[in-house]
Amino acid sequence: MATAETSDTRTVSGGSGRSFNLSAVLMEGRALIALIIIVAIFAALSDNYLTTGNLTTITKQVAFNAIVALGMLLVILNGGIDLSVGSTVGLTGAVAGNLFRGLDMPFTQAIMFPKVWVIVLIAVAVGMLVGWLNGLLIARLNLAPFIVTLGMLYVARGLTQVFLNGQNITNELRGQEGLGNTGFFDTFASSPLGLPISAWVMILLAIAFSLVLTRTPFGRWLYASGSNERAAQLSGVPVKRVKTRIYVLSGMCAGLVGVLQVANISSSTADLGQFYELSAIAAVVIGGATLSGGRGTVRGTIIGAFVIGFLANGLVIVGVSPFWQQVITGAVIILAVAVDQIQQMIQEQRSARRAVTNARLADQHRESDSPEESTA
Amino acid sequence: MSIDTDTTDAPAPGRDDEVVLRAVNIAKTYGVTRALKGVNFDVRRGKVTVLLGENGAGKSTLMKILSGVERPSGGELVLDGEPLVLTSTNDAVDRGISIIHQETNLCPNLSVRDNIFLGRELIGRSGSVDYAREKEITETVMERLEQPIRASTLVQDLRMGQQQVVEIARALAADARILIMDEPTSALSASEVEVLFKVIRELTSHGVAIVYISHHLEEAIEIADHAVVFRDGELVATERAENIDLPWVVRKMVGREADYDFLDDPREYGEVALSIEGVTVAELDTGWVAVNNLSLDVRAGEIVCLYGLMGAGRTELMEALAGRDPISGGRVVLNGKDVAGLNISERIERGLGLVPEDRQRDGLVQMLSVGSNMSLASLLSSVRNSFIARKVEQSRVRQQIEDVRVKTSGPGAPITSLSGGNQQKVVIGKVLMTNPSVLLLDEPTRGIDVGAKGEIFSLLFREAAKGLAVLYVTSEVGEAMTASHRVVVMSKGRIVREFDPRTASRGQIMAASGEATSHDTPRQEKPATDGHRDTSNGAPQ
Repeated sequence: MATAETSDTRTVSGGSGRSFNLSAVLMEGRALIALIIIVAIFAALSDNYLTTGNLTTITKQVAFNAIVALGMLLVILNGGIDLSVGSTVGLTGAVAGNLFRGLDMPFTQAIMFPKVWVIVLIAVAVGMLVGWLNGLLIARLNLAPFIVTLGMLYVARGLTQVFLNGQNITNELRGQEGLGNTGFFDTFASSPLGLPISAWVMILLAIAFSLVLTRTPFGRWLYASGSNERAAQLSGVPVKRVKTRIYVLSGMCAGLVGVLQVANISSSTADLGQFYELSAIAAVVIGGATLSGGRGTVRGTIIGAFVIGFLANGLVIVGVSPFWQQVITGAVIILAVAVDQIQQMIQEQRSARRAVTNARLADQHRESDSPEESTA
Repeated sequence: MSIDTDTTDAPAPGRDDEVVLRAVNIAKTYGVTRALKGVNFDVRRGKVTVLLGENGAGKSTLMKILSGVERPSGGELVLDGEPLVLTSTNDAVDRGISIIHQETNLCPNLSVRDNIFLGRELIGRSGSVDYAREKEITETVMERLEQPIRASTLVQDLRMGQQQVVEIARALAADARILIMDEPTSALSASEVEVLFKVIRELTSHGVAIVYISHHLEEAIEIADHAVVFRDGELVATERAENIDLPWVVRKMVGREADYDFLDDPREYGEVALSIEGVTVAELDTGWVAVNNLSLDVRAGEIVCLYGLMGAGRTELMEALAGRDPISGGRVVLNGKDVAGLNISERIERGLGLVPEDRQRDGLVQMLSVGSNMSLASLLSSVRNSFIARKVEQSRVRQQIEDVRVKTSGPGAPITSLSGGNQQKVVIGKVLMTNPSVLLLDEPTRGIDVGAKGEIFSLLFREAAKGLAVLYVTSEVGEAMTASHRVVVMSKGRIVREFDPRTASRGQIMAASGEATSHDTPRQEKPATDGHRDTSNGAPQ
């Protein structure tokens, strides 16, 4: 039997597609190494860098980006892109703020003041609704993700401005005892066990997404259809349903950040979340994902978000001018992708060589043992 | 760029029949596969040299060498008496050798003129493209080809045959003296073939040498001045056209026994598992009828081979059966139930599995491991409490790897690390893991070495013995002859004949497929039945 002797020569914990693979580990390791280098440099340059206060600040900022980036990761794994998340953060923030002002009930003079948890649920649901619209247009009408979400970027930002009508919502967020809508900040700007709430949300989402990606059919389908949609479809994978859902999840992540950010800055503003889509994409890419889909991990994305966060914060602390901060951040993103590409080229060469060797081995094998096997 | 509109009409100097290109002992090996084992032949000025041979006989390898895509591993090319070393396709074009591929290589969004000069634009005195002159040359070339195609027309507005003419015009505008045509008629209608042949004769009368490769044997014989027959990487015959006929060609092409033989004794098959009833498939964008009112039953335990040439509608039929494309007429009945309205995954659930034609494009997910590819279509059966139970999945995958005999280091190995034959076994294993009652395979042995082919067929016969109904498509007559219970020949979207592989001859099957008949309208004296007049020679043994 030709297979038996070869199949157990190397024990591989296979099946998941992201099983042990040295180059994959190196790829993620690369982002981690970058992170360590960044922290080391800035810690050496400034005494204020590695303080508890600063680390908490960084973590809070990183968490906002990381949550959006987790949603973006799903979209990018599918070979898509979601440019609308920044605007969705703004929109859900505006929706939440408005709900604290109360809802005018139609046909009556009454104004309804929803409870805080209802407000939060509605805001997140609005984010999911935006994502669902994106997904529907992309999956069912076969429109390009870039165009659809670019359009949605404008639509959602415009709606944000409509809702806020030129005024920030600040005081109403405290709620009033009599109206039963107090306590927003007690929960959504709290720091249980010393960690900001946004960091907790990030951790929970990271665990959940990681489980979904590695342990559920949905996750496997996502990787499969991101890598080769035609093959996945012919294997019976519901590629359109998968596609719609990831945009909903991306919208959900943006909605969560919208609520958390409003609580964080104690205000609902029209420019909330602007350019979040760009730092989210950067985090995903630095974390080792390819924009063409099929490759990327939760772990990498979180590390990517920390790279951006630690870098941005460090540059501020050591007093680099804001203009140069942008130049350096951009250069790091390009460098990350360039290293990734070079690594992939090396890997391809290696697997080409392996294929030749395999062919040779298979041939020797056949010559040695098998005229009777091929006709058995 | 040396185009002279004044002289393109005049025959180039030189004696007709003179050898312009000579292949001397050309060999090519890929790893351990010897695709060409040292072939010698001549291409003559003003003549059509036709290359014939079954799939894998070495024709396309030779063509790649002639057009500069690949370098030979041995032997040499001699152009006009001088040794020729081609470093790239551009190099070949510069030396006057152009190739026209089966699929046209044009940019549909550009005009005829722009396509003809793509990458070789004429630059005028001002440093910008000299459109006027490009247009002039385009018109001259079209006139010479006697084709009413305007320089400003967009290529997407042209019919397939006209696009072929644009390709030829492009070669002429680059001063091609040797034109290689790979299956130029496979996408053409009968009248378009007429036009093409007229163009070819026009070209040869001006001294252009043509190397013509085709599966349509009668067509090839009609246009040929010289025929060269390949078999298993060797040149087995060279002959002038007046001395050859169809039986001769078939005899030379086939001439060997298959490497495997699975012909069972006749036995009882089960119920009809798949019933195709008057199915018609039309391409949505072009309206081309790929499958025309086709009916076929496949019984449980039976292996039916659908033999036909490219363009016969085989792939379209397979994809429509699997639910990828809608059918425009008729019905498909699976185990007694109409599958109309069911999507791909619902058909898989009911026991219909497809192993697609293009393994890389449609069969495999390159970024997933061997194991993940294998379990992809049946993932839900490994799910416990909404999570994939890894142990269940692993044991199912390991079992299947053993069943289909994939040679791999384990389920976690990257799919790209496997050889073509083993990758194909993974695709087949993936479909078998869905427990199908009907298995469709589209060209299951394409690009696979002989040993793996045998393993794949022995797998199919094992599964059929357990009651699986198998319908597979092939364009290799040897497979049809040796690895099926019934051979159904398809041509132009219809089933034209059925054979029992134990009694049919290769010549009969090839003749029925249209390999040995011309297009819709008979254009030649020799009747199609020529193909099986001397079956004693065409048959294996």
